[in-house]
Amino acid sequence: MLAQPSQAAFRRLLDEIGTVDAVGVEERVAKFTSRSIKKASKVKGLATAVSMVDMTTLEGKDTPGKIASLCQKALRPSEDPSVPPVAAVCVYSAMVRHAKRHVAGTAVKVASVATAFPSGQTGLRTRLAEVRAAVGDGADEIDMVINRGAYLSGDYNRVKDEICAVLEACGGSALKVILEVGELETYDSIRAASFLAMSVLRPGDFIKTSTGKTTSNATLGNTQVMIEAIRDHFLDTGIAISMKPAGGIRTAKQALHYLVAVKETLGDAWLTNARYRFGASSLLNDLLRQLEKERTGAYQAPYYFSETAESY
Amino acid sequence: MPPTTQDKRKTAPRAGSRGRAVPELIFGDLWEYDPAPETADPKLKARYDLFIGGEFTAPKAGAYFDTINPATEQKLADVALAGQADVDAAYRAAQRAFDTTWGRMPGRERAKYLYRVARLLQDRAREFAVAETLNGGKPIKESRDFDVPMAAAHFFYHAGWADKLDYVAPGRKIAPLGVVGQVIPWNFPLLMLAWKLAPALAMGNCVVIKPAETTPITALKLAEIFQQAGLPPGVVNIVTGAGETGAAVMAHPTPVKVAFTGSTEVGKVIMRSLAGTDKKMTMELGGKAANIIFDDAPLDQAVEGVVNGIFFNQGHVCCAGSRLLVHEPVADRVLAKLKNRVRVLRVGDPMDKNTDLGAINSRQQLEKIGELVDSGVKEGAEIFQPPCRLPAKGFFFRPTLFSGVTQSHRIAREEIFGPVLSILTFRTVDEAVEKANNTAYGLSAGVWTDKGSRILKLSTELKAGVIWANTFNKFDPASPFGGYKESGFGREGGRQGLLDYAKLT
Repeated sequence: MLAQPSQAAFRRLLDEIGTVDAVGVEERVAKFTSRSIKKASKVKGLATAVSMVDMTTLEGKDTPGKIASLCQKALRPSEDPSVPPVAAVCVYSAMVRHAKRHVAGTAVKVASVATAFPSGQTGLRTRLAEVRAAVGDGADEIDMVINRGAYLSGDYNRVKDEICAVLEACGGSALKVILEVGELETYDSIRAASFLAMSVLRPGDFIKTSTGKTTSNATLGNTQVMIEAIRDHFLDTGIAISMKPAGGIRTAKQALHYLVAVKETLGDAWLTNARYRFGASSLLNDLLRQLEKERTGAYQAPYYFSETAESY
Repeated sequence: MPPTTQDKRKTAPRAGSRGRAVPELIFGDLWEYDPAPETADPKLKARYDLFIGGEFTAPKAGAYFDTINPATEQKLADVALAGQADVDAAYRAAQRAFDTTWGRMPGRERAKYLYRVARLLQDRAREFAVAETLNGGKPIKESRDFDVPMAAAHFFYHAGWADKLDYVAPGRKIAPLGVVGQVIPWNFPLLMLAWKLAPALAMGNCVVIKPAETTPITALKLAEIFQQAGLPPGVVNIVTGAGETGAAVMAHPTPVKVAFTGSTEVGKVIMRSLAGTDKKMTMELGGKAANIIFDDAPLDQAVEGVVNGIFFNQGHVCCAGSRLLVHEPVADRVLAKLKNRVRVLRVGDPMDKNTDLGAINSRQQLEKIGELVDSGVKEGAEIFQPPCRLPAKGFFFRPTLFSGVTQSHRIAREEIFGPVLSILTFRTVDEAVEKANNTAYGLSAGVWTDKGSRILKLSTELKAGVIWANTFNKFDPASPFGGYKESGFGREGGRQGLLDYAKLT
């Protein structure tokens, strides 16, 4: 019996880009976690990670006041002047203009989730309108979600066309394409979706793991599948796509493991916030806490760090 | 080459067919890892005596030899050189132990000792890992994460069998053989010791064993654990020395069985010396395993498996995947991926937790690897080595890839036992099988494909004792390991491994 059209299309896609073995990927990333990052290399790694954080607040209860305090923290994460500002603040589209007021003219960018984040389940016209509004309000970067409904039903062209449409609506703003790996489930699917997105993206655009709104988010495994896809795409076409794992990265140690994976898979050119970001909210203070520990030799209580999420 | 062409190559090192620069990854020092040395105390003694009859005993002739750290070439300890008289004494002690205690002890009592050994080894795991790395040159992460835990796992596994031996061969009566002689190699000093000792002891045999000349320390440290565990005297006797001591252990009239792991060359000598006797034998010898990558394989994971297969323990692995057979449609891509992967391997101080490739075990082995690599270059294969810095002292060798290798190259036929991969190509499934089997060896093989039926087909057609599918170098005490053809006979691990130390009636 002939395969269903959708299965045939998926098979064709995989034939072109190759499959992924889940056990093998997980063995590979386990090696990253056994790297021992100490002393100066730890300080350098932590500072690099700080500079890559997309400080995120995506809640129904976000207010201009909350955005203001987030932006202040983003600009000056620590009293220590050697600690760099973070890469961006990531907010809902309605909050872009408030965020922009605080960070305009600085190195910190404003990223906006758009396209009916996190489900993406509205008409394309509505989604594009949201993107245009965010860009109009000054968003430097747009975090879109792919149409998982279309993807899982095998309608790859629609997924690709919609990314193209959003890309056009972005104008000069960078685009981050969220695959929502938790809903794609398999590594094969994640690799295929990465290539679908990358086939239309410009250099400097991102692919991103997840929204943080489902139960399964970035892991070293799914991030490895995506950065290997980025590497293959780069070596084939010369187009360097950037990467953003998001959700689930809470500790400095985890962040260092992710950076080890970047260093040993994509190389030095991706160890910069133009090519790599962490989408996280509670990661930043753990990075700062570890930096402080390296500087003073002692761990500080959470209340010494502003905007801390932990209770005490 | 005319100078103008050379100049052009310098200014534009790599240009694609349409003049566009070929994209390349940069694996530089933007973020270097600091040294992360393991600092646990290996608790070495300055002098190690023979372990005979439960006591550390000075050799009768009073001779000692130096054992060194291959990463620094510095001496670690004096180790006793056992002569014929010492080997005689060891076998007497073993025979006495078999006749009076161990051979008569119920299996459930033997199990208690084996469990105790396994637990004590776990307790002292870090100390043993450091000792193993110091003496053998393998990276600390391997001795810490593989050698020591695996050795403990073998003792645990066989301890579990000791009171269930009636189920090893249902319907038959099972009994120990008696006294056995064993000789083990330098690539996994502690693990090979555990592979040999655990099944023999669980079954109720007593042992005289000789560790390799270059790596005797962890064996003698394990003797300390035998004392700590209260193992009855003479159940395990350890005699150290070089080839002559090994020959004395193998050729002695006392053992009813000998077991050897090492080179095919030495295995043949031993078999010749035992021809005509009624001694049982198991031989675990060399290999030249083929790792076969088909065009539908998950390539990144295949490349990872190939790297693991040949660079694990600097390639000092009898089942190392030293030949890579790649399907022609993906050969270029696999080679490019391999090169990028090998560029991030870290070669250097074995005690550094981030080291991927440590020191070659001995100067002699380093010279042998160098000689075979030279032959590969001379015979026209294309060599690739990453530009990593090697330590000034000690025995080190760069991870090496040879492409354009054919079946008749020496590097495709002879066991190199070093970090050197020979890459060949094939066009059809039959050709892959034919090439993989076109060797005197048959210890292991690997198959990489997304197609399950092909894995099953190849697992019956490849003449090798172990065949891994979409993975490589996986071991488990429950899984029998051993070879075909000149890779030896007999199995270690699992029920089959126990049978090789049992008398069935």
